[in-house]
Amino acid sequence: MISVQTNDFDLGHEYQMLRQDADGDGAIVTFTGLVRDFNNSGSVSMIRLEHYPGMTEKSLMNICSDARKRWELGQIRLIHRVGFIGANEQIVFVGVSSKHRKSAFEAAEFIMDYLKTNAPIWKQEGTATGMKWVESKQSDQTAASRWQK
Amino acid sequence: MIKIHFFASLSEQLDCSDLNFEYSGEHTVADIKQSLLKRDTHWQCLNNKNVLVAVNQTLSDANANINDGDEVAFFPPVTGG
Repeated sequence: MISVQTNDFDLGHEYQMLRQDADGDGAIVTFTGLVRDFNNSGSVSMIRLEHYPGMTEKSLMNICSDARKRWELGQIRLIHRVGFIGANEQIVFVGVSSKHRKSAFEAAEFIMDYLKTNAPIWKQEGTATGMKWVESKQSDQTAASRWQK
Repeated sequence: MIKIHFFASLSEQLDCSDLNFEYSGEHTVADIKQSLLKRDTHWQCLNNKNVLVAVNQTLSDANANINDGDEVAFFPPVTGG
Protein backbone atom coordinates (compact mmCIF):
# COMPACT_ATOMS: atom_id res chain seq x y z
CA MET A 1 0.00 0.00 0.00
CA ILE A 2 1.24 3.48 -0.78
CA SER A 3 0.32 6.83 0.80
CA VAL A 4 1.22 10.39 -0.16
CA GLN A 5 0.23 12.54 2.78
CA THR A 6 0.91 15.77 4.68
CA ASN A 7 0.49 14.08 8.08
CA ASP A 8 3.28 12.42 10.04
CA PHE A 9 3.27 8.62 10.46
CA ASP A 10 3.78 6.30 13.41
CA LEU A 11 6.63 3.87 12.85
CA GLY A 12 5.34 1.47 15.54
CA HIS A 13 1.89 1.36 13.99
CA GLU A 14 3.26 0.79 10.48
CA TYR A 15 5.50 -2.03 11.73
CA GLN A 16 2.59 -3.68 13.56
CA MET A 17 0.44 -3.50 10.42
CA LEU A 18 3.22 -5.08 8.35
CA ARG A 19 3.72 -7.79 10.95
CA GLN A 20 0.02 -8.55 11.13
CA ASP A 21 -0.16 -9.09 7.35
CA ALA A 22 3.23 -10.76 6.84
CA ASP A 23 1.97 -14.34 7.14
CA GLY A 24 4.78 -16.84 6.80
CA ASP A 25 7.43 -14.18 6.16
CA GLY A 26 10.70 -14.38 8.08
CA ALA A 27 11.87 -10.79 7.70
CA ILE A 28 10.59 -7.24 7.89
CA VAL A 29 12.93 -4.41 6.90
CA THR A 30 11.91 -0.80 7.49
CA PHE A 31 13.58 2.46 6.51
CA THR A 32 12.64 5.94 7.72
CA GLY A 33 14.00 9.08 6.07
CA LEU A 34 14.33 12.24 8.21
CA VAL A 35 14.76 15.94 7.43
CA ARG A 36 18.41 16.87 8.00
CA ASP A 37 18.86 20.14 9.91
CA PHE A 38 21.82 21.19 7.79
CA ASN A 39 22.95 21.34 4.15
CA ASN A 40 26.19 22.33 2.40
CA SER A 41 25.70 26.01 3.15
CA GLY A 42 24.31 26.00 6.69
CA SER A 43 21.36 25.14 8.83
CA VAL A 44 17.94 24.09 7.56
CA SER A 45 14.89 24.87 9.70
CA MET A 46 12.29 23.08 7.55
CA ILE A 47 11.58 21.80 4.08
CA ARG A 48 8.67 22.04 1.67
CA LEU A 49 7.90 19.13 -0.66
CA GLU A 50 5.99 19.82 -3.85
CA HIS A 51 4.69 16.91 -5.93
CA TYR A 52 2.68 16.05 -9.02
CA PRO A 53 -0.63 14.70 -7.65
CA GLY A 54 -1.67 11.57 -9.53
CA MET A 55 1.71 10.93 -11.12
CA THR A 56 3.40 10.60 -7.71
CA GLU A 57 1.03 7.81 -6.67
CA LYS A 58 1.35 6.14 -10.07
CA SER A 59 5.14 6.32 -9.94
CA LEU A 60 5.32 4.89 -6.39
CA MET A 61 3.00 2.02 -7.36
CA ASN A 62 5.17 1.26 -10.40
CA ILE A 63 8.29 1.19 -8.22
CA CYS A 64 6.61 -1.29 -5.84
CA SER A 65 5.51 -3.54 -8.70
CA ASP A 66 9.04 -3.39 -10.19
CA ALA A 67 10.37 -4.53 -6.79
CA ARG A 68 7.92 -7.46 -6.80
CA LYS A 69 9.23 -8.54 -10.21
CA ARG A 70 12.78 -8.72 -8.82
CA TRP A 71 12.21 -10.30 -5.41
CA GLU A 72 9.63 -12.56 -3.86
CA LEU A 73 8.06 -10.15 -1.38
CA GLY A 74 5.19 -10.27 1.06
CA GLN A 75 3.99 -6.81 2.12
CA ILE A 76 5.19 -3.43 0.89
CA ARG A 77 4.27 -0.23 2.72
CA LEU A 78 5.44 3.09 1.29
CA ILE A 79 4.61 6.51 2.75
CA HIS A 80 5.90 9.83 1.40
CA ARG A 81 5.00 13.08 3.09
CA VAL A 82 4.49 16.32 1.16
CA GLY A 83 4.02 19.97 2.15
CA PHE A 84 5.92 21.69 4.98
CA ILE A 85 7.99 19.44 7.27
CA GLY A 86 10.18 20.64 10.15
CA ALA A 87 13.87 19.76 10.63
CA ASN A 88 14.43 16.31 12.17
CA GLU A 89 10.87 15.21 11.29
CA GLN A 90 10.06 12.06 9.30
CA ILE A 91 9.67 12.37 5.49
CA VAL A 92 9.50 8.88 4.06
CA PHE A 93 8.84 5.31 5.18
CA VAL A 94 9.50 2.04 3.39
CA GLY A 95 8.58 -1.29 4.96
CA VAL A 96 9.05 -4.62 3.19
CA SER A 97 8.38 -8.17 4.35
CA SER A 98 9.68 -11.32 2.72
CA LYS A 99 10.58 -14.93 3.44
CA HIS A 100 14.26 -14.09 3.91
CA ARG A 101 16.14 -10.99 5.03
CA LYS A 102 18.29 -10.50 1.92
CA SER A 103 15.37 -9.83 -0.41
CA ALA A 104 13.69 -7.55 2.15
CA PHE A 105 16.90 -5.50 2.62
CA GLU A 106 17.53 -5.27 -1.12
CA ALA A 107 13.94 -4.44 -2.04
CA ALA A 108 13.76 -1.63 0.57
CA GLU A 109 16.97 -0.14 -0.82
CA PHE A 110 15.79 -0.52 -4.42
CA ILE A 111 12.50 1.23 -3.61
CA MET A 112 14.31 4.18 -1.98
CA ASP A 113 16.87 4.46 -4.80
CA TYR A 114 14.15 4.47 -7.44
CA LEU A 115 11.90 6.80 -5.47
CA LYS A 116 14.70 9.38 -5.24
CA THR A 117 15.24 9.41 -9.01
CA ASN A 118 11.76 8.70 -10.41
CA ALA A 119 8.96 9.96 -8.17
CA PRO A 120 7.88 13.51 -9.20
CA ILE A 121 8.62 15.17 -5.85
CA TRP A 122 10.74 18.30 -5.35
CA LYS A 123 12.32 19.58 -2.16
CA GLN A 124 12.84 23.16 -1.04
CA GLU A 125 14.94 23.89 2.04
CA GLY A 126 14.20 26.75 4.43
CA THR A 127 17.56 28.40 5.22
CA ALA A 128 18.61 31.67 6.86
CA THR A 129 18.50 33.32 3.42
CA GLY A 130 15.09 31.96 2.38
CA MET A 131 13.64 28.95 0.56
CA LYS A 132 16.05 27.20 -1.83
CA TRP A 133 15.29 24.39 -4.29
CA VAL A 134 17.43 21.33 -3.69
CA GLU A 135 19.53 20.26 -6.69
CA SER A 136 19.40 16.62 -7.77
CA LYS A 137 22.52 14.62 -6.87
CA GLN A 138 24.63 12.48 -9.17
CA SER A 139 25.12 10.06 -6.27
CA ASP A 140 21.35 9.34 -6.29
CA GLN A 141 21.46 8.62 -10.04
CA THR A 142 24.44 6.32 -9.52
CA ALA A 143 22.65 4.50 -6.68
CA ALA A 144 19.59 3.90 -8.87
CA SER A 145 21.56 2.90 -11.95
CA ARG A 146 23.37 0.04 -10.18
CA TRP A 147 20.06 -1.87 -10.15
CA GLN A 148 20.02 -1.84 -13.95
CA LYS A 149 23.08 -4.07 -14.14
CA MET B 1 -7.11 21.04 -25.62
CA ILE B 2 -3.90 19.85 -23.95
CA LYS B 3 -3.36 20.49 -20.27
CA ILE B 4 0.21 21.50 -19.52
CA HIS B 5 1.63 21.59 -15.99
CA PHE B 6 4.92 23.04 -14.77
CA PHE B 7 6.41 22.17 -11.40
CA ALA B 8 8.93 23.35 -8.80
CA SER B 9 11.74 25.72 -9.89
CA LEU B 10 10.58 25.55 -13.53
CA SER B 11 7.11 26.79 -12.61
CA GLU B 12 8.71 29.69 -10.67
CA GLN B 13 11.03 30.51 -13.55
CA LEU B 14 8.12 30.60 -16.01
CA ASP B 15 5.73 32.18 -13.51
CA CYS B 16 3.20 29.60 -14.67
CA SER B 17 2.02 26.31 -13.18
CA ASP B 18 -0.85 25.36 -15.52
CA LEU B 19 -1.66 26.15 -19.12
CA ASN B 20 -4.52 25.12 -21.38
CA PHE B 21 -2.92 24.65 -24.77
CA GLU B 22 -5.18 24.76 -27.82
CA TYR B 23 -4.38 21.61 -29.81
CA SER B 24 -3.70 22.34 -33.46
CA GLY B 25 -2.16 19.19 -34.84
CA GLU B 26 1.07 19.01 -32.82
CA HIS B 27 2.42 15.47 -33.06
CA THR B 28 5.11 15.37 -30.40
CA VAL B 29 6.30 17.04 -27.20
CA ALA B 30 8.96 18.79 -29.30
CA ASP B 31 6.20 20.31 -31.48
CA ILE B 32 4.48 21.71 -28.39
CA LYS B 33 7.74 23.26 -27.22
CA GLN B 34 8.22 24.81 -30.68
CA SER B 35 4.70 26.26 -30.63
CA LEU B 36 5.29 27.82 -27.21
CA LEU B 37 8.66 29.21 -28.31
CA LYS B 38 7.04 30.88 -31.29
CA ARG B 39 4.74 32.72 -28.90
CA ASP B 40 7.44 33.99 -26.55
CA THR B 41 11.15 33.39 -25.99
CA HIS B 42 10.75 32.96 -22.23
CA TRP B 43 9.67 29.35 -22.98
CA GLN B 44 13.26 28.75 -24.10
CA CYS B 45 14.06 27.26 -20.67
CA LEU B 46 11.97 24.20 -21.62
CA ASN B 47 14.86 23.27 -23.92
CA ASN B 48 17.27 23.07 -20.98
CA LYS B 49 18.67 19.53 -21.12
CA ASN B 50 17.81 18.90 -17.45
CA VAL B 51 14.09 19.52 -17.97
CA LEU B 52 12.04 16.31 -17.76
CA VAL B 53 8.70 15.71 -19.41
CA ALA B 54 5.77 13.45 -18.58
CA VAL B 55 2.91 12.63 -20.95
CA ASN B 56 -0.26 11.44 -19.22
CA GLN B 57 1.73 11.11 -15.99
CA THR B 58 4.40 8.83 -17.46
CA LEU B 59 8.01 9.97 -17.92
CA SER B 60 8.56 10.52 -21.65
CA ASP B 61 10.84 12.47 -23.97
CA ALA B 62 10.66 15.11 -26.68
CA ASN B 63 9.75 12.50 -29.31
CA ALA B 64 6.70 11.26 -27.40
CA ASN B 65 3.45 11.39 -29.38
CA ILE B 66 0.76 13.86 -28.36
CA ASN B 67 -2.96 13.65 -28.96
CA ASP B 68 -5.75 16.09 -28.24
CA GLY B 69 -6.85 15.73 -24.60
CA ASP B 70 -3.43 14.63 -23.33
CA GLU B 71 -1.83 15.91 -20.14
CA VAL B 72 1.78 17.07 -20.45
CA ALA B 73 4.07 18.16 -17.61
CA PHE B 74 7.52 19.75 -17.58
CA PHE B 75 9.67 19.73 -14.46
CA PRO B 76 13.26 19.77 -13.14
CA PRO B 77 15.04 16.58 -11.95
CA VAL B 78 13.22 15.14 -8.95
CA THR B 79 14.57 15.48 -5.39
CA GLY B 80 12.16 13.61 -3.11
CA GLY B 81 12.94 10.99 -0.48
